[in-house]
Amino acid sequence: MRVTANREVCVGAGMCALTAPEVFDQDEEDGRVHLLTDNPLDEQRDKVREAERLCPSRALAISG
Amino acid sequence: MAEPTSSPATTHPADEIPMRRGCPMRPPAEYADLRANGPTRMRMPDGQPVWAVTRHRDVQAILASPDFSADNRTPGLPLIKPEAQEVLDNPTFLRKDPPEHTAERRTLIPEFTLRRVRRLRPGVEHATAGLLDEMLRNGSPADLVESLALPLPSLVICQLLGVPYSDHEYFQTRAGAVLSRSSTPEQTSTAYSELFAYLDDLLTRKQRHPEDDVMSRLATEHLKPAGDFDRETVIRMCTLLLAAGHETTANMIALSTVTLLERPDLVAVLRDQPDKRSDVVAELLRFHSIADVIPTRVAVRDTEIGGVTIAEGEGAIALLAGANWDPEIFDVPERVQIRAGDQRHLAFGYGIHQCLGANLARMELEVVLPAMFERLPGLRLDAPVAELDYKYDGVVFGLHSLPVRWETPA
Repeated sequence: MRVTANREVCVGAGMCALTAPEVFDQDEEDGRVHLLTDNPLDEQRDKVREAERLCPSRALAISG
Repeated sequence: MAEPTSSPATTHPADEIPMRRGCPMRPPAEYADLRANGPTRMRMPDGQPVWAVTRHRDVQAILASPDFSADNRTPGLPLIKPEAQEVLDNPTFLRKDPPEHTAERRTLIPEFTLRRVRRLRPGVEHATAGLLDEMLRNGSPADLVESLALPLPSLVICQLLGVPYSDHEYFQTRAGAVLSRSSTPEQTSTAYSELFAYLDDLLTRKQRHPEDDVMSRLATEHLKPAGDFDRETVIRMCTLLLAAGHETTANMIALSTVTLLERPDLVAVLRDQPDKRSDVVAELLRFHSIADVIPTRVAVRDTEIGGVTIAEGEGAIALLAGANWDPEIFDVPERVQIRAGDQRHLAFGYGIHQCLGANLARMELEVVLPAMFERLPGLRLDAPVAELDYKYDGVVFGLHSLPVRWETPA
């Protein structure tokens, strides 16, 4: 699984960091999405998919 | 559950939206038919035709779509209450589209991140304890809205913004008028102007004596010439934060209390299982859906939503309570239950306008609800559920007051 985050559309709701904190954080400076890894572990996949669905600005994309 | 209660009969046309809740503890019963029907042509209070959208997937689709405008200045945007032209012409960023919305929201994102909210938690715990101490000192009975539900979020947002809490009566009254559907356009406009003038004056003080708060940062970093925003924009940003930070959380605390008083099992979960508190709070947010009628939109190009075409210039209202009671998403929606890890509710809206303060609101509720039941033994209502003073006229649903009693040690 590969995950990408589009910081240009991110509105900083923090749903990703709330749902999969091992994969997503909010940038210390601007509060927008900060990817901790773009290649989540197998056991993180469900949470990453959930984060992608919950993101209100649809800033996350998953492939593979 | 208590017996469903009925609100006093009103004479609204059957196709008018917003509708009055029959039972205050649930969305209007008509939403079930609207969901079955899909997007439905109805009318706003001023007679404007509007698409009422109620299914979870349709509400999400509309609120995430760039094909809809939330801007007051876009012709055709449905109004949930009559507004003075001057208010419509000068919206806050809740009622602006990109790129204006983007710039203003981005400025404020760092103030409401999970990290920032975690840092605010001890202060919220302290404020909660202080208010509960005062309730115990003053004794039973009490109005929970006046003594806890309203002062807590008010204290928190004041501290965050840098607004002196001692002025709370002034801005709470005006924020209440702005958010009441009973206010005439003139009353709303006056309240709004007074709030604006108050914050204008405060911004000047922050420019001269900046402190560690949001208004000071806006004054010193984001106001022209140092920053990008003119004075009016900054003041309107503060107006929105101040009003939105009060009313919503206060209503959630009061309504959640009514619900939890009937559910000792959930009170026990709040007390004994801190890791489940977020699930209980998410469920209360879903169940009450207080901001149900806030998200109105207008199509800027023809768009297909839920099997119908919403034509350019046509208005829509994305009913959050409809989405949050959609049985395709939430099993037995009328039952308050732990839905482990399920954050799919749309109580905070969806899309680029999703509530900026959601993390703060969740944290406040996770702190105050367990503390209240812990500190006020034998807490109960001091009036029948049916006779409570509900905000049927609110832009946000809630309670004007909540009479409660508790056991006082002999």
